[in-house]
Amino acid sequence: MSNVTQLRVRAEAEAAVLPPLLARAEQLAGTVLLGEHGRRRSGLGDDFWQYRPVREGDMRRMIDWRRSGRSDEQFVREKEWQIAQSVMLWCDQAASMRFSGHKDRQEKADRARLMSLALGILLIRSGERVGLTGGLLPPRRGELQVLRLAEFFSKDAPDDYAAPEARAMLPHARAVFISDFLGDIDAIEAALTKAADRGVRGVLLQVLDPVEEAFPYDGRAIFESMGGSLRHETLKAGELRDRYLQRLAERRARLQEICHVTSWRFGTHHTDHTAQEGLLWLWQALDGGRG
Amino acid sequence: MTLFGLIGFTSPWLLLGLAALPILWIILRAIPPAPIRRRFPGVALLLGLTDDDQVSDRTPWWLLLLRMLAVAAVIIGLSGPVLNPDTEEAGSGPLLVVMDASWASAASWPQSQEVLAGVLSEAGRNGRTVAMLRLTDPEAPAFRTADSWQGRLPGLAPLPWEPLPETMQNIGDMLGDDDFDTLWLSDGLARDGRDALLATLEQRGSVRVVESARDIVGLKPATFEDGAVQLSALRNRADGTSEVMIAARGPDPSGVERVLASVPLTFEAGETEAQVALSLPAELRGRITQFEVENQRSAGAVSLSDDSLRRREVALIAGRDDREGLELLSPLHFLHKALAPTADILDGNLMDILPANPDVIVLADVATLTEGEEDALLDWLDKGGMLLRFAGPRLAASDVSRTAEDPLMPVRLRAGGRSVGGAMSWGEPKTLAPFPEESPFYGLPVPDDVTVTAQVMAQPDPTLAERVIAQLTDGTPLVTRKRIGDGQVVLMHVTANAEWSSLPLSGLFVQMLERLAVTSVTTAPEAAELEGSVWQPVSVLNADGSLRDAGTMPGVDGAALAADPLGPSLLPGVYEGEDRRIARNVIGSDTTLAATEWPARIPVQGLVRAAELPLAGVLLAAALVLLLVDIIASLALSGRLRGATAVVLLAAALPMGELRAQGIDPIEATAEMRLAHVITGDSTLDETAQAGLKGLSDTLFFRTSVEPADPVAVNLETDELAFYPMLYWPITPDQPTPSEDAYVKLNAYLRSGGLILFDTRDADVAGFGTASPNGRKLQALAAPLDIPALEPVPTDHVLTRAFYLLQDFPGRYAGRGVWVEAAPPDAEQIEGMPFRNLNDGVTPVVIGGNDWASAWAVTDSGLPMYPVGRGFAGERQRELAMRFGVNLVMHVLTGNYKSDQVHVPALLDRLGQ
Repeated sequence: MSNVTQLRVRAEAEAAVLPPLLARAEQLAGTVLLGEHGRRRSGLGDDFWQYRPVREGDMRRMIDWRRSGRSDEQFVREKEWQIAQSVMLWCDQAASMRFSGHKDRQEKADRARLMSLALGILLIRSGERVGLTGGLLPPRRGELQVLRLAEFFSKDAPDDYAAPEARAMLPHARAVFISDFLGDIDAIEAALTKAADRGVRGVLLQVLDPVEEAFPYDGRAIFESMGGSLRHETLKAGELRDRYLQRLAERRARLQEICHVTSWRFGTHHTDHTAQEGLLWLWQALDGGRG
Repeated sequence: MTLFGLIGFTSPWLLLGLAALPILWIILRAIPPAPIRRRFPGVALLLGLTDDDQVSDRTPWWLLLLRMLAVAAVIIGLSGPVLNPDTEEAGSGPLLVVMDASWASAASWPQSQEVLAGVLSEAGRNGRTVAMLRLTDPEAPAFRTADSWQGRLPGLAPLPWEPLPETMQNIGDMLGDDDFDTLWLSDGLARDGRDALLATLEQRGSVRVVESARDIVGLKPATFEDGAVQLSALRNRADGTSEVMIAARGPDPSGVERVLASVPLTFEAGETEAQVALSLPAELRGRITQFEVENQRSAGAVSLSDDSLRRREVALIAGRDDREGLELLSPLHFLHKALAPTADILDGNLMDILPANPDVIVLADVATLTEGEEDALLDWLDKGGMLLRFAGPRLAASDVSRTAEDPLMPVRLRAGGRSVGGAMSWGEPKTLAPFPEESPFYGLPVPDDVTVTAQVMAQPDPTLAERVIAQLTDGTPLVTRKRIGDGQVVLMHVTANAEWSSLPLSGLFVQMLERLAVTSVTTAPEAAELEGSVWQPVSVLNADGSLRDAGTMPGVDGAALAADPLGPSLLPGVYEGEDRRIARNVIGSDTTLAATEWPARIPVQGLVRAAELPLAGVLLAAALVLLLVDIIASLALSGRLRGATAVVLLAAALPMGELRAQGIDPIEATAEMRLAHVITGDSTLDETAQAGLKGLSDTLFFRTSVEPADPVAVNLETDELAFYPMLYWPITPDQPTPSEDAYVKLNAYLRSGGLILFDTRDADVAGFGTASPNGRKLQALAAPLDIPALEPVPTDHVLTRAFYLLQDFPGRYAGRGVWVEAAPPDAEQIEGMPFRNLNDGVTPVVIGGNDWASAWAVTDSGLPMYPVGRGFAGERQRELAMRFGVNLVMHVLTGNYKSDQVHVPALLDRLGQ
């Protein structure tokens, strides 16, 4: 009996998580669609692109007989973007993302998921196949995939820090990694290099809380990671500020460096800015890379 | 209790705790503040960073000092410090309370009563018997328990006179044989007999004196000199400069007692007396009944005025106006001379003068009067006028009062009169006989050199004897008098100049005029003058300077009135004689005031003494405040202040719970469209208006492309109005009227396209108009506004279709009357058009009483605040109210845009579609 009740409660809780995230992501995605991009390309191939004369190698059944009947030549009706891209998303679910420097600000994880899902919706709407890295969710298209994405995004990972998952990466796919990238830099570099080896290009978005950029602490303090696995005690937190900021800048330079080598794009997003801002940058970075 | 100067401690041993402070200092200094645990993902970047300075943060010295102060305050506070501790020793044995209880004590009587009450309760605690002795009304002291005196305190009020030296001397005999201590409530004035009494009292026991430190100020009787009222005030201490206000009181024209004039009077340092002149118009001066020193509640600070200030108005009319004759022969010359110093003289035609209602009319040798003049004079006489006639050649030659008695003559006259002692006649010039007792002139000395050479003769009549008030030595009448109604006619049988007699040249003439009350009295009456007359008190003064009706008090002998000192049988006040009033004041023209000088051995206390002030509470509160400061400082030091700042700021902001208008800066106010309402000062109403506009803003946001930010409360006096397209102005009868500047702003706002929605909020009880208080207030508020002609919203007004199609504009109430700017008179409906082409702008005002804000108002959670109507119909009404709001905002923002739409068919037609 209690099992049933618990299941029911958990199910309700799970269900309660999905719609808001989904709704907000849809809304966010909607703003982009209404914005400067619009539906100017038809990835599904419904729309006509151009007629071209039949060339050698074209199959007979590719010939558009209606068009060809009007003239002596034979034409093939071409449709643009018949083959959709696969975009692999990786959104950091680790504990370090569940940080907010201010009670009125969203957690980093929240922001990251929101942007990931919104990006997923956008891509699915424009006909791409979207999946998650690491074989969790193979790239598919369709509205159902949005629900699956949302489901996966509503799970927290127990680790303190996470590194991008580069296993089971489809060759020449696209990838979007969203994280704070405060974890082991070598793991990140390894993942990126591995992905680049497979011809995957993509975008790296670092989501940070303004507090992490400013380090506005003073006095005697014990800093702990969100999971509690790391801790550092200091007597004068204020004196650490400059060195911390320097290390943060080094970390960022390193990430940029890796991206440059692997021809990925690197961006930073702060949670005190609007999610729309981050999404727009993501969309443009991805779109620009598509060429 | 231990004393350290002004401060005493109830438990001084606790102060030893202060010695522990240095130890505490050292301990506190050694303990660093506890670390804060912070969750911070960036810790990964911090790993390996070491502190430059390995020494832990010590508590800074100023924080330590703060804590030390707090602890010290607690220690001192607990040891019970008291400022001005009461160290008085309680006495024993009987206590005699001697009170001066004179007029001078009246000013500080309330404080004296408090002192007395304190003395009595203390005596009660110590079981002492108490007796009271008022020096102004001494009775043999009876020692009773203190309790029995408590209820009798109010009856021991001061009396409006001073203790007399002889009564003070007699007090020694009253005191009985027992010893007692004495508490002397002194009034602060030096007087004879005080030292003797003090010596007597000191024989019986210790004497303590309580005396007010206030200056005693007295006012001397006012005099009239040099065309102004001369006021002179006294005080009992000569040190320092002080200023008092002197007010002249009297009935105003409507008979209400009020201050007619006031004048400041300054005592120079070292002076006990000061003068000031108060110049007043005669009319005003005549009305003054008393002068008083403001804020001095004592009889001495009041000076009643009698007739001496009053200047009688005397009209002089001569029969022959011999302008070319010699001045000395003018019939009025001597009258002028006699009256000018003391009376106001009116010249002119009789009929012109009568309406001015003079006190006296003098007719010098006027024989005949017209019938109209006679009637008017008789009327005036009936009301108490006095007609003084002088004989003369004309009167003698005329037939006036010859056969029958003229109404305006006291006696019948024989033809021709007589002259004696002249070159052509026998006999000597006649002199005056002594005045008979019933004559008003009784008592005036008759000089020998006053002679009469000619006179008009009275016919012997039965009434003649009683009408004669002065006669010559041969028994012929010189002055006759007849009463008519309240007034009288007096005939001098000689001329008013020196032609017929030397009377006008003598001092007797002036005295006679004075006795006849023709002239005003300017000097205080002498005792001899008043000898034998009886004066009836009209109103008498209380010790505190208030007047009370004398009622049936017995009359006072004239001599006593003039000379006797004030006492139980002669109260200060106004006394009325036969034809004048005399004021007897507490302070005479020769009184002086001096401060008491007590011997050094006598302890003298003020009435007001510093109260005991326990300081423990203050110190403990200070400690608490210091600890609070310490909390904030500690938080700041350890970097935990971030949240605390918000709390502190919130706490600071809380007292300003009232709707703070704006504070909003212009950039913020203009960044987004905002609705605004006027602050009325009624907090409930303002909150409703705010919530209403919030509800309307939300509705606009949901339904239209207008997306307003939160509404703003606008203070008309301080805030800029130009930022807001629309002002909602609820009316309440007691809201303040805006200032001139605010109206200037409002008019500028209206002229530049703003809209004010006036809401009288009373459509449930009143139709639109001035019938309700709110309506009247609206009319008053809107009067200075630049508002065009109004009309009820016509059915084709753009408000009816700016967004929704509406015919009614209900709010919480569904009243009909909503008024907007009237359509121009030439607006006509064009054939085929559904609407007239109405005014080209936005109506500057919308006036109604439907309480829209209440219908719009929503709580923070978005639920309606007030019920509207009932059931579904009510919800429909709320919906319509919302729609009205939407239409109104649309109208404000888009003007007559919807009116333009009606031209669309015509435009399409022109385009040839």
